[in-house]
Amino acid sequence: MPGRTDVARFPEVREPLLNLRSALGRNKRLIPSPFDVPEMPDLPVSTDLADLPDVSEVETVRHFTRLSSLNYGIENGMYPLGSCTMKYNPKIAEAASASLRSVHPADPAAMSHVLECLALLQKYLGEICGMDACSLWPAAGAHGELTGMMVIRRAVDMKGEPRTKVLIPDTAHGTNPASCTIAGFATESIPSGGDGFLTASILKEHLGPDVAALMITNPNTLGIFEREIREIAGLLHDNGSYLYMDGANLNALLGVARPGDMGVDCMHVNLHKTFATPHGGGGPGSGPVLVKSGLARHLPLPLIKEGESGSYTLSWDGPESIGMVHSCLGNVGVCIRALAYILSLGPVGLPEVAQAACINAGYLKSRLSGLYDLPYRTPTLHEFVLSDRLQKENGITTMDIAKSLMDFGFYPPTIYFPLVVQGALMIEPTETEPLEELDRFVNAMEEIAETSRTNPEELHGAPRTTPVSRVDEVWAARNIVLTWSKRES
Amino acid sequence: MSYIAINEQDLRKMLKSIGIAFPQEVFSSIPEELRYDTLLPIDGPLDEESLRRRFAFTPSKAVFAGGGIYRHHIPAVVDSLSSRQEFVTAYTPYQPEVSQGTLQSIFEYQSMMADLTGMDVSNASMYDGATSLAEAALMALRGKGIRRVLVARSMQPSYRRVLKTYLASISDVKVEEIPFEPSTGQIDLTALEGAIAADCAFFIQNPNYFGVIEPMQRVAGIASPRAGFWGITVTEALTLGLFDAPGIYRPDVVIGEAQSFGNPANAGGPLLGFFCTRKEHVRRMPGRIVGLTKDSEGRQAFCLTLATREQHIRREKATSNICTNEGLCALRAAIHLSAMGPEGLREAALQCAAGARHLMALLAAKGIRSLLSGPVFHEFVVPIEEAKRAALDAERIVPGIPITGDYPELENAVLVTVTEMNTMEECRCLAERM
Repeated sequence: MPGRTDVARFPEVREPLLNLRSALGRNKRLIPSPFDVPEMPDLPVSTDLADLPDVSEVETVRHFTRLSSLNYGIENGMYPLGSCTMKYNPKIAEAASASLRSVHPADPAAMSHVLECLALLQKYLGEICGMDACSLWPAAGAHGELTGMMVIRRAVDMKGEPRTKVLIPDTAHGTNPASCTIAGFATESIPSGGDGFLTASILKEHLGPDVAALMITNPNTLGIFEREIREIAGLLHDNGSYLYMDGANLNALLGVARPGDMGVDCMHVNLHKTFATPHGGGGPGSGPVLVKSGLARHLPLPLIKEGESGSYTLSWDGPESIGMVHSCLGNVGVCIRALAYILSLGPVGLPEVAQAACINAGYLKSRLSGLYDLPYRTPTLHEFVLSDRLQKENGITTMDIAKSLMDFGFYPPTIYFPLVVQGALMIEPTETEPLEELDRFVNAMEEIAETSRTNPEELHGAPRTTPVSRVDEVWAARNIVLTWSKRES
Repeated sequence: MSYIAINEQDLRKMLKSIGIAFPQEVFSSIPEELRYDTLLPIDGPLDEESLRRRFAFTPSKAVFAGGGIYRHHIPAVVDSLSSRQEFVTAYTPYQPEVSQGTLQSIFEYQSMMADLTGMDVSNASMYDGATSLAEAALMALRGKGIRRVLVARSMQPSYRRVLKTYLASISDVKVEEIPFEPSTGQIDLTALEGAIAADCAFFIQNPNYFGVIEPMQRVAGIASPRAGFWGITVTEALTLGLFDAPGIYRPDVVIGEAQSFGNPANAGGPLLGFFCTRKEHVRRMPGRIVGLTKDSEGRQAFCLTLATREQHIRREKATSNICTNEGLCALRAAIHLSAMGPEGLREAALQCAAGARHLMALLAAKGIRSLLSGPVFHEFVVPIEEAKRAALDAERIVPGIPITGDYPELENAVLVTVTEMNTMEECRCLAERM
């Protein structure tokens, strides 16, 4: 079997569900009790206590500590999930923003300082992206896409144009078409060219009076820079359509090239990718949306206003805005962390990020492209895509390769995406990986390639060193057990 | 500060392997005319001490603001456990074999939310209560023949705004508001009876934005048999530990904000939207869902499930576009509920209700009475003179949230909230100055 490594080995922990630890009278917590509790006949208090586990504090602590040990995080090792930009999350961003937690959004004095920081982040993101205006309220990347497409929808509607369609290249993230649908657009998938990028001539074939926008990711999910983007933007603008850019892969461009200069009209960025805020096992993220001046009046409410006295307040004055997209101010905590990250790097540090991300990816690609099939020869930036074509001859699939990587102490790359590559392995090491970790990954991939020739059966059984072996996702979808209670469906 | 590990020696080796002479050559595929060759006009680099100073936020001395975001006691274990890097720095659990910690804890969160709401299932989280409401309306509109969305005017204003933003894209759907009784602040049942029909989705918040407890039996008596789809929104999740579970009224969804479970106010976010429904709707439900399963050796395991609803499989036909949600906030809620237990949750809720009544009595003694007479949980609406509010501002005491902008019919009104984080002394101070 593949060699194990000295890091990120999982302890042999099995942790029962929390409700199985419950026993009446275990929890002895003292609740803050500033008030005497009188008879409250107008309060419809239930006769029964809530149906929750009753456990002691030490049981809570052990339960969740053991659960944490079943997880793999960036601090365990490399996390090369393509297009997810799983870079190291600097501790200072967390520490510096700690005092934000006790600020209530309706506390005007405290909020003035918060809004000052948010206004600065809007300005900085505008500079980094070459865009004119920004809204920080979308709570995730897909929320940003949706907000951006609503902005475009509003602009099109206000012009009274019957533009109902959005074009999306076949390399796009699944959220792109889903967001367009919710924003009320029909979508049409268009093929990227044989070299892995969209060409102006392909776009021309699909342009018509009903096209509201093209939604592009740049660099795209193959890691390839969309080199015809200026011509593409020109064609769209001549057609009265907008260019939307999914900023999932902005890490490759930080301080090096600006989407606004490429003709992009509207875009979102993922603070939990490019700007190093932690992903939290599935959020909270943040997906600010940025636009050129022509679309600024449609951005969501509220707007941040700087007063004469240097105090900052919110304004709901935006008659042409799409309206609110979040009950409050989006994921403020994530925004503050991202601002701390930007300030910690400064104007010299940001382009170094993009450069190191591309060097790390380029190095991995140069080391792995003989061992694994490289379906596109076009130069790439911060990520690249391999396929399982060579290993398939021995019956080894991308799934086997991904699961085997876990036994070497790695989180697997993004797999089976983008859809244009069969058996895709999409690898994004990010700038924060040291050379030794990259070499360790290369060694693991070499050994897997070798084992696929000499002993393929071994790989079908992977992973072996993880808390559970290969998980049966089909059983889950057939049986649908979503809670521990008897009510489960 | 830089977080890049590459040194000169590494760089030489890597460039050689790539086959380029200079590091800038990695960008050769970006056309020259699109390069940005100047330094970005941003500050920095800043050292850690400078960053700490820059982000020192100071809350006011006494805060009586709530309105959907509440300051509650959070046991120390919540911060300690939820800050473990294995939880914090992990991605969405696509690879279940190395993500069982996230998956099991979210399964436990789903279980506790389903139990607390009295519904069959919960998803893994939503962005916040407002988007949870909007997604519930979209889910309703995917059902049979629903063309109108009725929403109580006493629903949190920002929720109604977000709902309208989301529904603006669907041209033939109307959003109508059901008024509240001007004297009690409770929903106008006659208006509800007049408006509701099988082509409606109907949403009510309980307790409502004014803190007033709605007559849920009577509302359910109208909504359950007659609405095509209806939902109860809860913005103060703490009430789930005190009142009967809303599921007993047989709504289609119970949705809202669970920030009160272990998540601080955070200046407005991250928050924690929750979404619970009945099992017959599970395949139309938005968002991520964790399910129980087994591994290849038959051992208990968990994974993301019902993925055929989702954007990465269904693309434009997905039930929602949600990818990243509020996973870590849901984890915090699970830890919080475990740490508080059923009795702790109830005691905290009783403290809030008692505190509100205490402050109401102090204000009543000064002749300041609630503008609405309905029974409340821990929030109430009182009039306040502009001059007094300015004076309180200057003293950094926040009496509550001004709501007259959203409800012109309530003059000079402020929504006052008391939780177990306020003290008798704070209440005395506020009452004295009003």
